[in-house]
Amino acid sequence: MLSFIFIIIAATFFTGIIIRTKSIASGRKGPGIFQPIRDVIRLFKKGAVYSETSSFVFRIAPTIYFSSVFVAMLVVPFGSSKGLISFNGDFIFFAYVLGLGKFFSIIGAMDTGSSFEGMGASREALYSMFAEPAFFILMGSLALMTGHTSFQEIFSTLHLGSSITYALAVLAAFVFLMIAMIENSRMPIDDPKTHLELTMVHEVMILDNSGFDLGLILTAGYLKFAVYGAIIFNLFSGSISYGYAIPLFFIMQAFLAIVVGLIESFMARSRMNHNAQFIVVLSSVAILIFFGALLVSGKFI
Amino acid sequence: MIFVWGFMLIPFIAMCFIPFVKMKGKAIAVYSAVSMIAILTSYLAFRGLSGQNFDITLPGSLVSGPVQLHIDALSAWFMLIINFSFLTGGFYGIFYMRTYRSQAKNINLHAILFIILHTSLISLCAIQNSIVFLVAWEFMALSAFLSIIFEHEKIATVRAGINFLIQSHVSILFLTIGFIWVGSHTGSYDFSAIHSYSMTHSGALSLMLFLFFFTGFAIKAGFVPFHTWLPYAHPAAPAHISGIMSGVLIKIGIFGMLRMLLLIEVDYTTVGTIILVMSIISGVYGVMLAILQHNLKKLLAYHSIENIGIIGIGIGLGCIGLGTNNPVLCSLGFAGALLHTLNHSLFKSLLFFTAGNVYQATHTLDIEKLGGLVKKMPQTSILFLIAAIAISGIPPFNGFISEFILYTGLYNWMHNSLIVSLTGIAFTIMALVLIGGLAMMCFTKAFGVVFLGNPRQTFQHEVKEVSFLQLLPLYFIAAIIVFIGMFPGIFLNMLVKPVQLFTGIRQLPFASFQGNGMEALLSVSHASWYLIGIVIFMLGIRKLVLRKRTIEVLPTWNCAYAAPTAKIQYTASSFVKTYSKLFGMIFLIFKKEKEVEGIFPTNAHLETHPYDKIEKWFIDYPTTNLKKFLDRFTFVQNGRLQFYILYGILFIISIISIPLMYDKIIEFFEFLKEL
Repeated sequence: MLSFIFIIIAATFFTGIIIRTKSIASGRKGPGIFQPIRDVIRLFKKGAVYSETSSFVFRIAPTIYFSSVFVAMLVVPFGSSKGLISFNGDFIFFAYVLGLGKFFSIIGAMDTGSSFEGMGASREALYSMFAEPAFFILMGSLALMTGHTSFQEIFSTLHLGSSITYALAVLAAFVFLMIAMIENSRMPIDDPKTHLELTMVHEVMILDNSGFDLGLILTAGYLKFAVYGAIIFNLFSGSISYGYAIPLFFIMQAFLAIVVGLIESFMARSRMNHNAQFIVVLSSVAILIFFGALLVSGKFI
Repeated sequence: MIFVWGFMLIPFIAMCFIPFVKMKGKAIAVYSAVSMIAILTSYLAFRGLSGQNFDITLPGSLVSGPVQLHIDALSAWFMLIINFSFLTGGFYGIFYMRTYRSQAKNINLHAILFIILHTSLISLCAIQNSIVFLVAWEFMALSAFLSIIFEHEKIATVRAGINFLIQSHVSILFLTIGFIWVGSHTGSYDFSAIHSYSMTHSGALSLMLFLFFFTGFAIKAGFVPFHTWLPYAHPAAPAHISGIMSGVLIKIGIFGMLRMLLLIEVDYTTVGTIILVMSIISGVYGVMLAILQHNLKKLLAYHSIENIGIIGIGIGLGCIGLGTNNPVLCSLGFAGALLHTLNHSLFKSLLFFTAGNVYQATHTLDIEKLGGLVKKMPQTSILFLIAAIAISGIPPFNGFISEFILYTGLYNWMHNSLIVSLTGIAFTIMALVLIGGLAMMCFTKAFGVVFLGNPRQTFQHEVKEVSFLQLLPLYFIAAIIVFIGMFPGIFLNMLVKPVQLFTGIRQLPFASFQGNGMEALLSVSHASWYLIGIVIFMLGIRKLVLRKRTIEVLPTWNCAYAAPTAKIQYTASSFVKTYSKLFGMIFLIFKKEKEVEGIFPTNAHLETHPYDKIEKWFIDYPTTNLKKFLDRFTFVQNGRLQFYILYGILFIISIISIPLMYDKIIEFFEFLKEL
């Protein structure tokens, strides 16, 4: 329950901080950190324009995409307080329910019959496929280290004791951050600010969405960032008391947002055909963590 | 006994009727026969699932000895799946075949074969005698072959059928060798002889025996590299036969494997590892090739290979669980495999039936020529969408449940294993994840290109939705797909008895799917309810919000290009272009290309034909060489009648004389040895 409230609060400023960081890094003043939320509210008040090619799939796709992210959010715990949905292997559900959202966002894009949106859909399908093994191996290694298989149990029993566990946690945070970047179509994979349809991934898929639907898609994006931020927070929080955990959560979210902003400011998007390799590297890092986990749990013989 | 008589008489009576009645009568005769057999055997099956085995011994013949019939929980589970597929497939088939009503004779044969296929599949689940089993197996193979070549005027169909026939017989060859092996050592053709043989002989021999059976059944099930008949047979067959083939025919291979696991006492860890490795290869390879396919049914056929891989992963895990005395892994592995068998038979038959609808409406299965069908066939589209989500293993439908069970098993195994098996687990998890991701890519492609966007080709005829009655069984299947996703507990309870058969091999403690890290299997359905609830809630809000807003319908954004055509849409090939380039070394894609050149360019074209690298090296290469070698003996086949008579006489003489001269030959060899 706690995680549910905190993630929603974090989602309100996460993207705003990214944008603010980027504008400061490029020497501009930039909009306020709640500007993205204002944008969404404005979109919610608008009517909609649908493509004449599109069918009911296009109309329900954004809603299902949003719902999938929302349900995924319910799974994420806050420190030792469980998420609303928690069971053994809930992280499998987490990844697969996000898959439902992806499925619908892809077919929603295909529904417009546009060449651009098909392109984005194709890329999204490929990249998300590659990002998933890294997540599963990473969660597997954490499960191995702790002996549990649900988010809450894994994170509340994860003790960062020795130097090697810290190294693993840093690597894991890196992988989670990169997965978050891929899931949200951010910098090394995709540039949300690009102006050419041919070079977009996520943005081109939602070209034809407008009004309420677009608002839902954007909100889902903000939530996704906060969800991954919460997972990274959980990685380090252990079982500290709420008095420390709550401020730490928000500091961590803000810090991650700044990191994302800095990455986006000082890094160029990789070439489209290098993206796949980049994502495979993530899986390799995850396997590295896996072997590290073996080392920690003393199963390396 | 009355069951056996009923089981034999019903099909016989129906078969006698069919040729002499009108089209409607044929449909009624086939369907009533199928449903009567289904009711009869489902009754026995439900009793089997609740633990009351059905046993009966028939006198049999001089050759086979007494024939045991035995329906335990494992047979029961497969019988129920078969019955369900035949009930829905038969109903669908009646309406699907209406287009061919002018070919009365062809339909007669097809109807009779349909009944034979059903009865032979059901009886395979119960027969406990090798010889009778092989006869039933042959009945199944032949009736399937003849059902596949329904449109036998097409050369491609006949080729596909013969391909199937040959590979089926290779499978029978392996099974026969296995049965004769046991028969010659024990003198009995009863299945219990297999068990007693494996108990008395060393591990290596049992393992060899198991591998013979495994290969035979793997050909039927379509494990890589024995999968090459599937992508030909499925597109060639009529839609209801493809659905049934993919739904239950290949599953009889899985049944065979499971039955042999129960009978043959082997080193389960080794067997499990072999099955696991083959399954991972099948799963990944199947889906990787599925993505490239342009023919909708061929695409689905490759997905069958993938799903057989997933089922195999479950069996492999279960065996390893048996070998390592790990009750959780064992029960979850077998439960995942058995549940996925049911799940796959549901969504795959639904996919084939909807593909059949598409074929009936458009007369093509080339997905590059389709598009925009969602407006003309909305019901078929929704059904296809449900099945597509289910097969990609995405919640809240049934595919997710069985994959979740396998993941739970894998992560459970992780907690008490060492480096070698842990690396194996990591690879299995990666394979399962990759299979899921690739399947999603494949089905977003298939659904997006076939049903969404604009039509890529205008058809001369009207494209319209099929009749409601034809859609009725599809709705029924879809309902069960959703139902399993929502209430997996019911089906898990049904699986307790079949799984207990396997855990019982090693007396592992397993009573139900509760406790011991398995309680998650029930709460996963709560999560699905949340998901569905939130989706409905959000759709409601959306409707409420948009009620008073202005909604416009305008052309798709095209960068202000004024004359968009359907050709500018992303095609299936372009959708997977990056992917096929990335994994280029695994594929074999034949390309015919004419580039645009000159100042006034003429027509250019590009054609790609994906082919199967394993088929090239494992099937084509050996067969061409064999052909080359056998070509040297063509002089024997010279077409002159006298020679054939001569061959006959030579054959008869040798048959008679070799036994007579046997002693002499032995003496001759003895003499040689003395020298």
